[in-house]
Amino acid sequence: MTDISAQPTAGPLRRRVDTTSPEAQAAVRRRYRSEARFRTYGLLAILTAAVFLVVLLIDIGARALPAFTTTSLQLNVAVPNDLVPADQKNNPAAIRGADFLPVMREALKTAIPGVQGRGPERTLLRLLSPGAPDDLRERLAANPSLIGTTLKVPLLLSATADLYFKGAGTPITTRSSRDAATPSGTTGTITVSAPGNDFSENLVTVKLAVAERAHALAAEAERTARSSAPNAAERANELRAEAAAMAARAKDTATAETLDSRLPSLLVEINGGLVKVSQLAADRIEGDVLLPLASTNEAKASDWRIVTYVTPESSRKIGDQEVAFLERFKANGQVEKGFNWRFFTSGDSREPELAGIRGAIVGTALTLLVTLVLCVPVGVAAAIYLEEFAPKNRFTDIIEVNINNLAAVPSIVFGLLGLAMFLNFFGLPRSAPLVGGLVLALLVLPTIIIASRAALKAVPPSIKEAALGVGASHQQAIFHHVLPLAMPGIMTGTIIGMAHALGETAPLLMIGMVAFIVDVPTSVTDAATVLPVQIFLWSDLPELAFKAKTAGAIVVLLVFLFVMNGTAIWLRKRFERRW
Amino acid sequence: MKMDMTTQGIQAAQPYVAAKSSTASKVVARGVNVHYGEKHALKDVSVDVPDQAVMAFIGPSGCGKSTFLRCINRMNDTIPICRVTGKIEIDSKDIYDPSLDVVQLRARVGMVFQKPNPFPKSIYENVAYGPRIHGLAKSKTDLDEIVTMSLEKAGLLKEVKDRLNDSGTGLSGGQQQRLCIARAIAVSPDVILMDEPCSALDPIATAKIEELIDELRSNFCIIIVTHSMQQAARVSQRTAFFHLGILVEEGETETIFTNPRDERTRDYITGRFG
Repeated sequence: MTDISAQPTAGPLRRRVDTTSPEAQAAVRRRYRSEARFRTYGLLAILTAAVFLVVLLIDIGARALPAFTTTSLQLNVAVPNDLVPADQKNNPAAIRGADFLPVMREALKTAIPGVQGRGPERTLLRLLSPGAPDDLRERLAANPSLIGTTLKVPLLLSATADLYFKGAGTPITTRSSRDAATPSGTTGTITVSAPGNDFSENLVTVKLAVAERAHALAAEAERTARSSAPNAAERANELRAEAAAMAARAKDTATAETLDSRLPSLLVEINGGLVKVSQLAADRIEGDVLLPLASTNEAKASDWRIVTYVTPESSRKIGDQEVAFLERFKANGQVEKGFNWRFFTSGDSREPELAGIRGAIVGTALTLLVTLVLCVPVGVAAAIYLEEFAPKNRFTDIIEVNINNLAAVPSIVFGLLGLAMFLNFFGLPRSAPLVGGLVLALLVLPTIIIASRAALKAVPPSIKEAALGVGASHQQAIFHHVLPLAMPGIMTGTIIGMAHALGETAPLLMIGMVAFIVDVPTSVTDAATVLPVQIFLWSDLPELAFKAKTAGAIVVLLVFLFVMNGTAIWLRKRFERRW
Repeated sequence: MKMDMTTQGIQAAQPYVAAKSSTASKVVARGVNVHYGEKHALKDVSVDVPDQAVMAFIGPSGCGKSTFLRCINRMNDTIPICRVTGKIEIDSKDIYDPSLDVVQLRARVGMVFQKPNPFPKSIYENVAYGPRIHGLAKSKTDLDEIVTMSLEKAGLLKEVKDRLNDSGTGLSGGQQQRLCIARAIAVSPDVILMDEPCSALDPIATAKIEELIDELRSNFCIIIVTHSMQQAARVSQRTAFFHLGILVEEGETETIFTNPRDERTRDYITGRFG
């Protein structure tokens, strides 16, 4: 004891840090390196997240773009006087109920003259959507005096034709001719002879393809020979013979070659018509007329062309005949692209070009309205009671814990609850926004209660004390002072909760909101669907055109979410107070 | 106002506890005990507070002076674990009587808090809130008059009369505290409790508040809790010294500061502890 007290300055308390020593310097460098490293990790994490987000948005946006445009034909439509009986001319219902099919057929045949035969006519008519006469119908119903005149109206194209113009067709190459050619007829199956061997290049290409196929066949024959199937040897021999025949055909440039749908389609554009080649020789072709020729006169060199649809017919959704028609419409300047208003103004449909999201949007609005009306008063009142009035005891503790637990319950469980409670027990209608809203209210309620309690808790107690100090009752202090200050937080929580409800799919599947519903709902008890469920439904459909619709609906949903969250942020910024 | 010197004898018989002074006592406390759960925060406090005077409660942190102050307007009721026993009377009426309405009590006992806490509303609304909820004003002009007079009494009118609709939180700290005083006196209380009203203010604002307290003395019974002994000496007529939940000594401010009877009081005011 005395020894220690004798040398008080020698104690460890007076140890000094030597900041200039190499160890200290190294420690400082290490610290800086570690900081720099950590900052880099953070930056990388942010960048990665940003890249993912950007890729996602660009991908969805690019996929959705076709959904927002639509293609139609601007045709002169002659509306016959006998469209409706004379005494019904001023009856809009009769006009709407009239048969427009012949009208449209005539309009199409006028646009492409000379199309004959049931086959091509049907093909031509199938290019139009079943909803194509809608515009015309409404115009006539609104103005019956137009009956008997010729109108220029847009006729909506079918999804396949629409997609063709949006790039799901085929590349087309055109080659000018070197020498003259003469067709043998104007319609039906004709031959075109070109003494200048204009088709020799095409023949070479085809022969090469045949040779390739012969090669593949030979390889298959060998594979079959090695296999252990019962009659492998027999089958292999057959294949070998076939391959040999094909190889011989490939070598023989003198014989004509039959084209099939697995080869690029070859067409001859001559005398204002189009012939699809089926038999190809170096100096002549034989084929079916797709677009009628004007005459059988000899076409001079460079007055006729050889056209190739590069993608083989079997590999695309749209046939050569349709492509020929559409290209002709395009050449005539009758194809018009426009904004797809129908996407926002009509309900669901089995025809992709007619399907819209109005039903889903209205269904979503009705559902969220029910949710909002239910869970804001209940949620806020529960939060105020629990935060300000409830005695702190075991019972309120249990309630509090369970509210927090409910916020983490998987949403499908709420769907099952809704199914058991609202549909089976209370007998509410299936697929109705009312039930959807009830289920979503259950789902969102814990979120709103938790957010509201946090907002109430964040109001400084000094404000409540000040109010109590001037003689306000507990309730007055809360409703006059605490609640208004907590309101931005409560609203933010509510909107975030609503955004959560907006994107919810699973519980709604359980209560039957997954049905295919064409009508736009008008009340909370009508059958309806909501945006996320609509997306889910469309994503399941096999038609290519619905892929774009799905992405389009996703974009709309995202826009709604962004708007809602933006409102929440704006409210927070606008009403935020500092003490 | 001055305490009768003959009470000295009674004080000797009943050490450290004030007897009834010659002027009428506004607030009378007898045997007040406060428990926060297990903690015995205030032990058997008895004190008389005279009307139209300023009484200062001093003592080291955690000695129970604020706790006692909050007993006088029953602000401790808001703390669930707090239990108050004993008797506190204002104008000879027991304020812990179950039949008494605590809201009406608080209208008669105003309070100014340590940190200025104006409502995040306009200056006008801050002052008008109390009179409005108690129905003190019959008309809009009546209310205007109450607001103007309260601000005038709080010495704030000159500074804010052109911006009564501006937010109360936009004022400076000292102005905010005077606004809180105006808010307290707007409901015409009998007693004003001040819990360290100047601890968050600079010396100039403090001086203004002290001046204001001195002016208000003639109309109200004021009880002020303070950590500053100079402040207690400057503004109060009577002083009570608390230590560890016990009211150690109470008497005229002059006596307490010049000639304390208890050693703990002497140690505290000479800065030996606390």
